[in-house]
Amino acid sequence: MAFESLSDKLQNIFKNMRRKGRLTEEDVKASLKEVKMALLEADVSFKVVKTFMKSVQEKAVGQDVMNGLNPGQMVIKIVNDELTSLMGSESAQLQLNNGSEITVIMMMGLQGAGKTTTCAKLASQLKSKGRRPLLAACDIYRPAAIKQLQISGEKVGIPVFERGTQISPPQIAAEAVDYAKDNGFNVVILDTAGRLQIDEAMMEELQQIRQTVTVDQTILVVDAMTGQDAVNVAAAFEEKIGIDGVILTKMDGDTRGGAALSIRATCGKPILYVGMGEKPEDLEQFYPDRMASRILGMGDVMSLIEKAAANIDEQRAKEMESKFRKASFGFDDYLESMAQMKQMGGMSSILQMMPGVGGSQLSQLEDQIDEKQMDRTEAIILSMTPRERANPDLLNQSRKIRIAKGAGVDISEVNKLVKQFDQARKLMKQFGGQLKGKKRGGFKLPFGGGGLF
Amino acid sequence: MAEEKKGFFRRLVDGLSKTRSSIVSGFDNIFAGYSSIDDDFYDEIEEILVMGDIGIKATTNIIDELKEKVKEEHIRDPKECRQILMDSIKAQMNVEETDYAFENQKSVVLVVGVNGVGKTTSIGKLAGLLQAEGKKVIMAAADTFRAAAGEQLTEWAQRAGVAIVSGQEGSDPGSVVYDAIASAKAKDADILLVDTAGRLHNKKNLMNELGKINRIIDREYPEAYRETLVVLDGTTGQNALSQAREFQAVTPVSGIILTKLDGTAKGGIAVAIHAELGIPVKYIGVGENIDDLQKFDADAFVSALFDIAPAETAEGGLS
Repeated sequence: MAFESLSDKLQNIFKNMRRKGRLTEEDVKASLKEVKMALLEADVSFKVVKTFMKSVQEKAVGQDVMNGLNPGQMVIKIVNDELTSLMGSESAQLQLNNGSEITVIMMMGLQGAGKTTTCAKLASQLKSKGRRPLLAACDIYRPAAIKQLQISGEKVGIPVFERGTQISPPQIAAEAVDYAKDNGFNVVILDTAGRLQIDEAMMEELQQIRQTVTVDQTILVVDAMTGQDAVNVAAAFEEKIGIDGVILTKMDGDTRGGAALSIRATCGKPILYVGMGEKPEDLEQFYPDRMASRILGMGDVMSLIEKAAANIDEQRAKEMESKFRKASFGFDDYLESMAQMKQMGGMSSILQMMPGVGGSQLSQLEDQIDEKQMDRTEAIILSMTPRERANPDLLNQSRKIRIAKGAGVDISEVNKLVKQFDQARKLMKQFGGQLKGKKRGGFKLPFGGGGLF
Repeated sequence: MAEEKKGFFRRLVDGLSKTRSSIVSGFDNIFAGYSSIDDDFYDEIEEILVMGDIGIKATTNIIDELKEKVKEEHIRDPKECRQILMDSIKAQMNVEETDYAFENQKSVVLVVGVNGVGKTTSIGKLAGLLQAEGKKVIMAAADTFRAAAGEQLTEWAQRAGVAIVSGQEGSDPGSVVYDAIASAKAKDADILLVDTAGRLHNKKNLMNELGKINRIIDREYPEAYRETLVVLDGTTGQNALSQAREFQAVTPVSGIILTKLDGTAKGGIAVAIHAELGIPVKYIGVGENIDDLQKFDADAFVSALFDIAPAETAEGGLS
């Protein structure tokens, strides 16, 4: 989980503050020193940290904090506000022309940032939003770069336009756009060669591409693990080519991703997506405000809800909700909600987004959640007859024995599940009453019943 | 040897001079700009070290050490601090002759690292370097995961003029290593270079796979000298420490290849890794050509590291 250490650190600092209740000026200074260390360790640019410390200090020391009723909360708020404004105050979307026009997106960045992989992921996302993307192989330098794009494109079902390595990248880009026009594509994603920001000739090539075809969006792909150099990279690409948006890759590592802060603060361009894994759907929307809250250990509940919303069929959600209300929730529904949870990336990925679940707690929780147990639960339910699943009250001893045999588990496990299920149903009945007042019930997590797994 | 050193330094300087011609010796300016050693002076040094990616922890240690020396030896002149600082970092970074022992015997060089640091490219260059020294080299393309990684390495093998053993995309990397060892023995190769898939160091399964490759080499080729090099991207910040540490946990790491030093990044993280984990940098990559991988030279590296303009100048240089 990105930022976890920073979030852990800041949480520790503020834990001590809360205990003191009221802050002295020295307290603010001491804590801000810790904040500074944490930010620097997270690879936030030195200059950005300096500016950040200054503005927080100005706000924290003085009336706001000294007169505040809850000084600890006040400092959290100030740090959070400043972090949020550093990272951009609203979440940005990739700007696309309307469907009938072709949108040309040029991807650029240093070697090894993950451009080629990101191209395919982005194309796949746009495809799922109803666009018709075409990938264009403009990296004619790195050995086998074209081949990599072709294979990546094939995996996500996106065609790749290539002209080998003998034709200049601007020419390839132009031909790709023509090809897109003739063949009904409305997005062209140009995969360019990785280059150093100080390599004049290569930077010129990007400018030439821009001059040859109308590039609607230039996207800088940056490795989230980048250190102090992130500001230099962003500044140079911004100055020489111009950046419309940024994609941060490799955020699924344990990097604290200070580069996100640095880039935002230096070039002022929005971070559009973050790469959270190998699969196409792991290219996720970046929400600066939520990320700031996450740094401060406030969790990312919004992301959780949205992730659920994208994966769950709205209609089924409504049905499920009404079942919750009537408590006519059967084992089949239970099985389904389990499957939905798996779709969302399993328990641990959901837990990461919950507020207050920091690094160390997460690893503890992960130990406790037995994904194998979920498999056993599934086996037990699958061993029931459809009637039994729909009507759990049918389950008597002999049926339970048969189910236990079928699932290859001890009868006590079947009993346990049935008992927990009953409790959950009771809870849902209570829940149902509360739900009526809400406009949209949406998705309810199956572990809402408590201790179900 | 003298010529090799010159080549190394020239390349590093070339790389740096591309950066901004206005920067000559920013660090000297700082030392010249202060008439006495005070807190501002130390702050300035802190800034330079942190901006070189040395990391706040290592930086704090280095500065504490400097402060102690200043006190002990009653140093008044800021200029003297420069040499003390550089010497103390150089002393830490020195590479022993024995660190290249693998070159002179039958050996297996396992190359690991996270995605996109330049593993495959580094192996290509390393093969070229060793080939030029008259060694018989074989490559094993055990990155069967990334699309077209095998093709990329094959291209490098052709450029370097060495043999390569590869498998299908998606096949078991262990079996590629197995075949490569057999081939190395049959052809009486001196050095077997093993490319592995890039993996984020916090992905357990992939890290375990490295352990498996390791065991295959131990079992099938026990007489070979073992060298394991972690490739680190010179632009990476503090996360590189965690990378090195995690790789060390699954396979005995004997050295570092620090890549992409031809840009504006200083690769200062290498100092922190050397200080905290004791893993020496053995090679650095300073360009895109096959001969742009060089043996590490602590003197040149530290000089380059300190050759940073003060923040203001750096900003001006960009515009």
